[in-house]
Amino acid sequence: MKVALFVPCFVDQLQPQVGVDTVKVLRRIGCEVLYPEDQTCCGQPGFNTGQWDAARPCAERFVRVFRDFEWIVCPSGSCTSMVRTHYPELLKASRWNDDVVAVGKRVFELSQFLVKVANVTDVGAEFPHTVTYHASCHATRELGIYDEPIALLKNVAGLELREMPNENECCGFGGMFATKFGMVSAAMGDVKAGNVEATGAQYVTAVDPSCLMHLDGVLRFKNRTPKAIHIASILASRAEAR
Amino acid sequence: MSRLAEEFLIAAAQKSADLTHRATIKRNVDSYDTAVAKGKLRFADWEAARTYAARVKGEAVSNLAPLLEEFERKIVARGGHVYWAETADDARQYICDVARKNNVKTVVKSKSMVTEEIHLLPALEKLGIKVWETDLGELIVQLRNEPPYHIVTPAMHLTREQIRDLFQQKLPDDMNGESHQELVAAARRFLRRAFFAAEMGISGANFLVADAGMVAISTNEGNGRLTTSLPRVHVVVTGIEKVIPRLEDLGVLWPVLATSGTGQPITTYSTLIGGPRAEGEVDGPEEFHVVLLDNGRTEVLADEEQQELLRCIRCGACLNKCPVYRSVGGHAFNTTYPGPIGSALTPIVNGMKDWGHLSYACSLCTACDSVCPVKIKLSGHLLENRRKYVSEGDAKTSEKVGFSVFRWATAGPRRFALLGWFGRKITRAALAIGMSPHALGPLASWTKYRAMPDVPKDSFRALWEKNDGNF
Ligand code: SF4
Repeated sequence: MKVALFVPCFVDQLQPQVGVDTVKVLRRIGCEVLYPEDQTCCGQPGFNTGQWDAARPCAERFVRVFRDFEWIVCPSGSCTSMVRTHYPELLKASRWNDDVVAVGKRVFELSQFLVKVANVTDVGAEFPHTVTYHASCHATRELGIYDEPIALLKNVAGLELREMPNENECCGFGGMFATKFGMVSAAMGDVKAGNVEATGAQYVTAVDPSCLMHLDGVLRFKNRTPKAIHIASILASRAEAR
Repeated sequence: MSRLAEEFLIAAAQKSADLTHRATIKRNVDSYDTAVAKGKLRFADWEAARTYAARVKGEAVSNLAPLLEEFERKIVARGGHVYWAETADDARQYICDVARKNNVKTVVKSKSMVTEEIHLLPALEKLGIKVWETDLGELIVQLRNEPPYHIVTPAMHLTREQIRDLFQQKLPDDMNGESHQELVAAARRFLRRAFFAAEMGISGANFLVADAGMVAISTNEGNGRLTTSLPRVHVVVTGIEKVIPRLEDLGVLWPVLATSGTGQPITTYSTLIGGPRAEGEVDGPEEFHVVLLDNGRTEVLADEEQQELLRCIRCGACLNKCPVYRSVGGHAFNTTYPGPIGSALTPIVNGMKDWGHLSYACSLCTACDSVCPVKIKLSGHLLENRRKYVSEGDAKTSEKVGFSVFRWATAGPRRFALLGWFGRKITRAALAIGMSPHALGPLASWTKYRAMPDVPKDSFRALWEKNDGNF
C-alpha cells in the first residue's frame, strides 16, 4: 500500500521523532511511505484564530500536494480533522472545491488508518510499561476515533493500559488558546495531569502530538512522574530498542 | 485589547488559580454530569429526541414573526396584554409603568435570565419598589449582591457553609438550624411573607406555545406557581426566540430541557399560563402582561450563518461541560449568559470590539457541541466570531504581524524549513548559554506555566533528507 505522509508543522519542527516513528510503523505493516516535499502546514493555526486569509493558502497547498494520493496518513487527530472537517468550509468558494471533500476522505490519523484501512490491530510492538490514554478532543468528537488506538495499545506486548477518569476532557492546549489564556490553559492542564496521575501509569499517550506537548510541559513543570509519549512511538517500540 | 478583555484576563487567571473555587465547581458539576448521564438513559433514543428538539426550534426560528403573532392573538383574546420591546430600555420602561399604574410596593420574581439581561431589578428599586427573588439560588445571590453564576443554577459556586453564614446574617429571624432542610425552610418562611405581600409577580418563560397561546414555565421549587398566581398582576418577560409552534412539541422539549439541565425526567412543576384569571376561575392574576424582548435578537436572526444560536433553550448543559467555564467560573465572563452560549452570543449582540475576546476564550474542545440538546454547533459559531473579529480589523498588531510571517513561510517548503531552522537554532543557542525561556519573547507565555519542550537539532524534513527516508 502506498501511503503519503503528512507531517504537521509542529511535529516537523519540535517532535520529529513522532514522524520517524510513524514511518517505522507504517513500513512495518508493509506500506510504502512517500513524503511529498511540497507540504508545509494544514493551516489550523490561522483558521482557529480567525485568520482565514492566512489559513486558506495552506489548505489550497495541502489539497494540491496531496490530491493525487490514494492514502494520506497523519500522526495528529487535530490536523486530520482540520482537513476533513473544516476544509470544506474554508475553501467553499475556491477553485479546489471539488477536490477538497475527496482529499478529506483519504486523510487518516495514524491509528485510524492502521485499524480501519490496513486492518491491523497488532503492529508487533513491545512496550513493557503502564500507560493511560488521553482521548483528545478533535480525534474523539470530530473524527470519532477511540476504539482504534485502544485496540492497538491492547495488542502491544507488555503494555498495561489503565483507564483515566474523564479521559475525553480537554487537556487545555487549544493552540493559541494556550498562550492567549495561559493561566486558564495551565489550570485545565493541571486537572488533566491530576487525572493522569490518578491512574498511577508511567506514561500518558494520545493520537495528538499537540496535546502531548502541552501535557508534557505541564507534567514536567511541576516535576510530576508520568511522561507523555505519542502513540506512534509506543507502536514503533521494540524490546531490543529499549 | 479592550478594557473588558483585560478584565476578563485578570478575573479568569485569578479564578483558575483558586483551588477552593475549582473544587466547589467540580463537586457541583460532577454531580450534574452523573445525573444527566443517567437521565439520558431514560430516553429510548436520546439522539432522536435531540434531532426532534433541534428541528422544532429550527422551525420556530425560521418562522418567528408569524408564530409570535399567533401567540399574541390568543393571549389578547383572553384579555392579556402583549408588549413588543425592541430594547432593554423599552422593556424596563413598560414594566415600570405597569408597576406604577398598579401602585405596586413589592414584587416577587421567579427565575428569569431575561430580567438579568435587561437589569430590571435596579430599575424597579429606583421607583422604591422592593423586589424579591423567589428561586432559592437566585435569592442567595441576591442576598449576596451578586449576579447569577450559572443560567440554571445561580448559586452553583457556593458551599452550604457559605449559604448558612449568609442566612444567619441576612435572615436571622427565620433560621432554626443548620441542616440542608433547615436552610430551605428558612428561605421558605421568609418567602411566604413576600408572596403574600406582593402586588406584582414577574416571571420568565421557557417556551411560548404559539398554537395554544400559552406561556410554559418549568421550575423545581413551586415558587414559579406562587409568583404567577398569587399577586394581582403578573408580567412575563421573555426573549422572542422562546416561541415554539405546537403544544405537542412540549412533549419532547420539556423532558429534553430538564434532562439536559439537571438530569431530571421533567422539572417538578411544569406550568402553562394563557392569560389573566377568567370568570369562574379561583386563582390567577387579574392583570396579565407578556413582554416580548428583542434586544439584539433580530440581529442574530438576520445573520444566516449564526441564526441557529436562537434555538438555545438555556438548559445550561454547555456551561457544565465546558472546561473553561469549569476553570474560570460564571462571574469572570461578566455577561448575563456565561459559558459557550454566552461567548457565542454576546459578541454578536453587544459588539465584537468589546466582547470578541470571549470568542477566543475557548480551546475548541467541542464538548459543548456534543451535549447541546438542540444541536447548536457552538464551536463553529465561536470560530465564525473569530473570523469576523479579524476581518473587522480587531486583532492585535503582533498577531497580524505573526500571521503575515506565517503566510510567508507556509507558502513554500524551503521558506518554511528555513524559518523553522532559524527559530530552533536561536532558541537552542539561547538556552545553551543559560538564557531563561521566559526571556524569549513569545515563549514567555508558554513557559510561565509549562516546561519548554525539547528543541531538536533537526526537523523531520531534515532527517528525512539526510537519511533519504530510511529510518
Ligand atoms: S446552547 Fe445548547 S447546551 Fe447551551 S444552554 Fe443553549 S440549549 Fe443548552
